[in-house]
Amino acid sequence: MTDALQANDRPAFQLKGTTVSLTALELAYFDEESFEAALREKIRQAPGFFRNIPILISLDHYQGPTAELDFFKLLGICRRHDIHVVGVRGGDEDQRRLARHAAIAVLPGSGQNDRPSSPEKGPETGPAAESGTDAPNAESTPANPAPARIVSQPVRSGQQVYAPEGDLIILAPVQAGAEVLAAGNIHVYGPLRGRALAGVHGQEEARVFCQSLEAELVSIAGHYKISEDLQERGWKAPVQIQLRDDLLVVTPLDRSPG
Amino acid sequence: MARIIVVTSGKGGVGKTTTSASISTGLARRGHKTVVIDFDVGLRNLDLIMNCERRVVYDFVNVIQGDASLNQALIRDKRVDTLYILPASQTREKEALTKEGVEKVINELSETFDYIVCDSPAGIEHGALMALYYADEAIVVTNPEVSSVRDSDRILGILQSKSRRAEMGQDPVKEHLLLTRYNPDRVEKGEMLSVADVEEILAIPLLGVIPESQVVLNASNQGTPVILEDQSDAGQAYDDAVARLLGEEREHRFMSSQKKGFFARMFKG
Repeated sequence: MTDALQANDRPAFQLKGTTVSLTALELAYFDEESFEAALREKIRQAPGFFRNIPILISLDHYQGPTAELDFFKLLGICRRHDIHVVGVRGGDEDQRRLARHAAIAVLPGSGQNDRPSSPEKGPETGPAAESGTDAPNAESTPANPAPARIVSQPVRSGQQVYAPEGDLIILAPVQAGAEVLAAGNIHVYGPLRGRALAGVHGQEEARVFCQSLEAELVSIAGHYKISEDLQERGWKAPVQIQLRDDLLVVTPLDRSPG
Repeated sequence: MARIIVVTSGKGGVGKTTTSASISTGLARRGHKTVVIDFDVGLRNLDLIMNCERRVVYDFVNVIQGDASLNQALIRDKRVDTLYILPASQTREKEALTKEGVEKVINELSETFDYIVCDSPAGIEHGALMALYYADEAIVVTNPEVSSVRDSDRILGILQSKSRRAEMGQDPVKEHLLLTRYNPDRVEKGEMLSVADVEEILAIPLLGVIPESQVVLNASNQGTPVILEDQSDAGQAYDDAVARLLGEEREHRFMSSQKKGFFARMFKG
């Protein structure tokens, strides 16, 4: 009767459907050296974004021979660069088998390019994450918004703050030489002097708000402007920055309505 | 328990060693038993500024490596008898400063001293990290120019993330801004950042403003901590800074240019 009492009161866990937004690595072919070189280059461009990031390997666009798909090597390279592979999506039956051998969760494909090598499609639902299309509807609860990360200390030169899921709110200056990144919006209640990258998973609706625009670089979903190009509008003023037709638009915030 | 104060800046040549000498002398002169440690292994300067270079027998690294005892290595200042200097080694590698070794020495000094002032080398490499690791307070020495301010910001970030207090999740290192080489005339001409500019960027409390002065250079060359030049503006400014460090309220001086009076202009040309 060790844990019996407790167990009767409250179940140890509940199963719920959940939708997680993940970064997918669209693999075109696998060659150990070129894979690592490409990965290293990506990391060099945004080191903060890639640190300890969970990633989904997508085989939807895989063109190379299945025999070259060495998941053990791929996992090793990712691990060396602090990237965590949580699952594999798409691919044909053989490729999925290879993934399972490497103990990687196999998720349902993204739909349009799913290429099952055999006609019937097994229910290969991984335990880790459900991505979009086939999420079970049995207990569909409205997805809770990812919690915002709130920082009240100045972000100093050389420091990096990353909100991998939701918004990032900073109640202090972001100094020149500092970098702030978020999956969602970035709010800076102080001068933004460093680099701000919002929507790092490609969320184009993400915005950057700051009390004084003095940034070295602002990026939304990969579209960026550097300091030189930010001077014309709202410089050293409270602004919001958003993406419109693939262009970053700076709008002053101090215009009172009416 | 001693208070451990690091004098740091990131950038070189801004006045860390001058400041370490004056702050430690000022603390000792007020009766606090103080030791100042030179962490700049390989480029030792503190002993020159403190005028004890001819009395160096053993150094910091000798103590860390167990070749000498602390008592053998500590040099007692000839002017202020509650002040001791632990000189850096000129011949060893920076890596001789191990975390454990530095901790052992600091713990031993903590038993008998009130204040331990750590004179950091420039940069953000090993020596600088060792100097700030055990700090309770930090005096961030900054010149009123953009690159110095940027480096100070970097050091502040490191204090918040790599000091022992940060790693242990204790109260953060108490930060003080000391603006040196301040020239109000050049600020007025727009050639230098103003106190307000630097305070606004770095967002830490101002400990003091040391005016640019020939006296500082002369004092360094003669091996006198400039704080002992009681008549000079720089000496007085350092004394104010020490008073503030000890919790006294003192109004900031030497921040605006001295308007020469009519007679001064007439007679001095």
